[in-house]
Order: sequence, then C-alpha cells, then structure tokens
Amino acid sequence: MSDASLETDATPLSATASQPQEAGFGDFFALLKPRVMTLVVFTAFIGLIAAPGGVHPLVAFSAVLFIAVGGGAAGALNMWWDADIDAVMKRTRKRPVPAGRIMPGEAFGFGITLAAFSVVMLALATNFFAAGLLAFTIFFYIVVYTMWLKRWTPQNIVIGGAAGAFPPMIGWAAVTGGVSIESVLMFALIFMWTPPHFWALALFTRTDYDVAEVPMLTVTHGRRSTRVHILVYTVLLAVLAVTLGFTSVGGPVYLAGALVLNARFLKGAFDIWRRDEENAEADNYRVEKRFFRASLFYLFAHFGLIGLEVALAPFGLGGW
Amino acid sequence: MALSRQHELHRRRQSRNLGLGIVLVAFVALIFGLTMVKVSSDDFTLPLNDRFDPEVSG
Repeated sequence: MSDASLETDATPLSATASQPQEAGFGDFFALLKPRVMTLVVFTAFIGLIAAPGGVHPLVAFSAVLFIAVGGGAAGALNMWWDADIDAVMKRTRKRPVPAGRIMPGEAFGFGITLAAFSVVMLALATNFFAAGLLAFTIFFYIVVYTMWLKRWTPQNIVIGGAAGAFPPMIGWAAVTGGVSIESVLMFALIFMWTPPHFWALALFTRTDYDVAEVPMLTVTHGRRSTRVHILVYTVLLAVLAVTLGFTSVGGPVYLAGALVLNARFLKGAFDIWRRDEENAEADNYRVEKRFFRASLFYLFAHFGLIGLEVALAPFGLGGW
Repeated sequence: MALSRQHELHRRRQSRNLGLGIVLVAFVALIFGLTMVKVSSDDFTLPLNDRFDPEVSG
C-alpha cells in the first residue's frame, strides 16, 4: 500500500501533508473503468435476457455483476500495464496510477485478484462455460490487446475490440451454457462497431496518440486512410446490425430501429470520408466529434431495441 | 503536525475502509441469497457422497 502517512527520514509527514497520495475508495473504483463498465453491464444484461430459457433474477443479477467485475479487473490490469502511455496522454494522465495515487503493484494485485474472483464466482453462480468465456475475455484484453497488439500494430483496435464484444456472449452463455448464431451476431455487432468508434476519437485527439507513440491508424497510415477505414467498417457494421434483426432476438421493432440508426450512422461515416483535414481543422472536427457521440448512442440503442423485443414478447408483440 | 489531526489522508483512508466494508456486507448478502436460490430450485441435488444413506448410517 502507498502509506504516505508513515513518517520516515525520506518522506517526513510534513512533506507529504501538502500532497496527499493516499488512494481513496473512488480511486480503486476508477481503476475499474466505470464508464466502460456501463457498456459491459448493459450488453451482458441484454445478452442474458434475450437468451432462450431463463434464470432466477438473483442469478441473473449475480451473473451481470461478476461479468462487470471481470471487465473492471481487466481495466485495472490495463491501467497497470499502460501507466507509461496514460502518463503522457492528456485524456488519461489523471488516472490513479499515472497520477501517483495508486502504485502500479497495487493496481496489478487489485486487478489480478478481482479477475480470479470474478471467474470463480461466475462459475459458481452460473456455469463453467460462461466462466471460461469470461476468463478468456480478460486474457484476451490484457495479454493479446494490451501487452501485444496495442503497441505493435495499427490493427490494435480491430482485434482488441473483440474483448469488449464478449459480454453479451457471456450473458447468453450464463443462461444457455453455450453459443448460438444470435450471441455470435451480438458479439460481431460490438466487434465491428469498435474500430469506427475509436478511429473517430483518434481523428480529433490527434496529438495524444502521436505523443504516446501508440500505432493508431491515424499515425501509421495517415488520416485519409483512417477516414476510408471508418466508412468501410461502418458499411460492414450496418449489414451485421440489420442481419441481427432477422434472428430470434430481432423483430419488426428492432429492424425498423436498426434501419434508421444505420442510415444515420452511414451518413455520418460518409461525411467523415468526404472531408479533408483542412475542413476538419476549420470547424474543430465537428463532424468527427458528432460521429463519435452518435456511435455511443448507436450501440446502446441497438441493444436497447433487443431488450425492447424481449419486453414486448409477453404481449405478443416482440420477435417474429 | 499532530497525528490526531483530521487530514485529507485520513479522510481517504476512511472512505476506503467504509467502501470495502459495504462491499463485503453486500457480498455476504449476495452469497446468502444465491445459496437460498440454488438449494430451493427444483433440480437441486446433493453430490452423491453427501446423500443420506440409511444402510450406511445404520
């Protein structure tokens, strides 16, 4: 623990008193990346309620909770490994580890303990398949994405995005104990959504990734290429999103909503594609920022529509 | 500086201890609830070795 209150020759209490570095509860909570966790909780919950069959509400609550804790653990381990990058990026330099409120070793211990805890508890609450998927997700995010791909290839976001796409699959597996075309498509929806979402962010936070030397597409292939990539991935995403509407988790409500959402999202991607840097800098990346904000709503809306189909089902209105 | 003085450090430590306490109490309640749900379900069976066997127990 970073016990700053201990008085030693090197760090007298009077010296530390002006700059308290002791972590509060909120600092440890921040290690779990709570904003990312909202996406994990929501998509896992939708995956769980959309799955055929059902579980006791307390088991469902526990499953979502432990999936969220697993996601949080992965976030803490990510902050432990990426502390050097976080320290130089404006967006992340106030995080607990680079800010010095939590020592890297503490973040690692906290993350690894929560990771093991979440997997074991999910296995006990639901089944071993769901727990295995959660364990794989944490492994994938930390080892494959954070330690390997992030600093090595501009495709980091594409492949690493898979880690964030697993929660609805885990929620589905918590009920069914397996995988199906619906859960794979929900996975694919988040997987294809992640690259345009982050590339739009990279377009208007340009100096951050340059300074941190993270090989984002904007840095390695240029900004024109990034704009093309955003459009291509958004087209593929739209196909996937609409296809999901024809499966058992979709229905007329989902399909109608998805058509509108994807038409608007495609328009946004098209606007980004046809702009050049001169235009973007002239209006301070207004279109890119709007696309980024819209992407957040886009994903929540799609999973919300799946949830709506489930809610309408008892009234004979949901599904096909 | 006297150690008894309420300092930002103490406030942070208190928040951490209080937060951890609440999390632990909630966890105990959750495990209790989960146990009740599991043992109350229709398909609940004890592991084979733990079942009551009148012949073995006499």
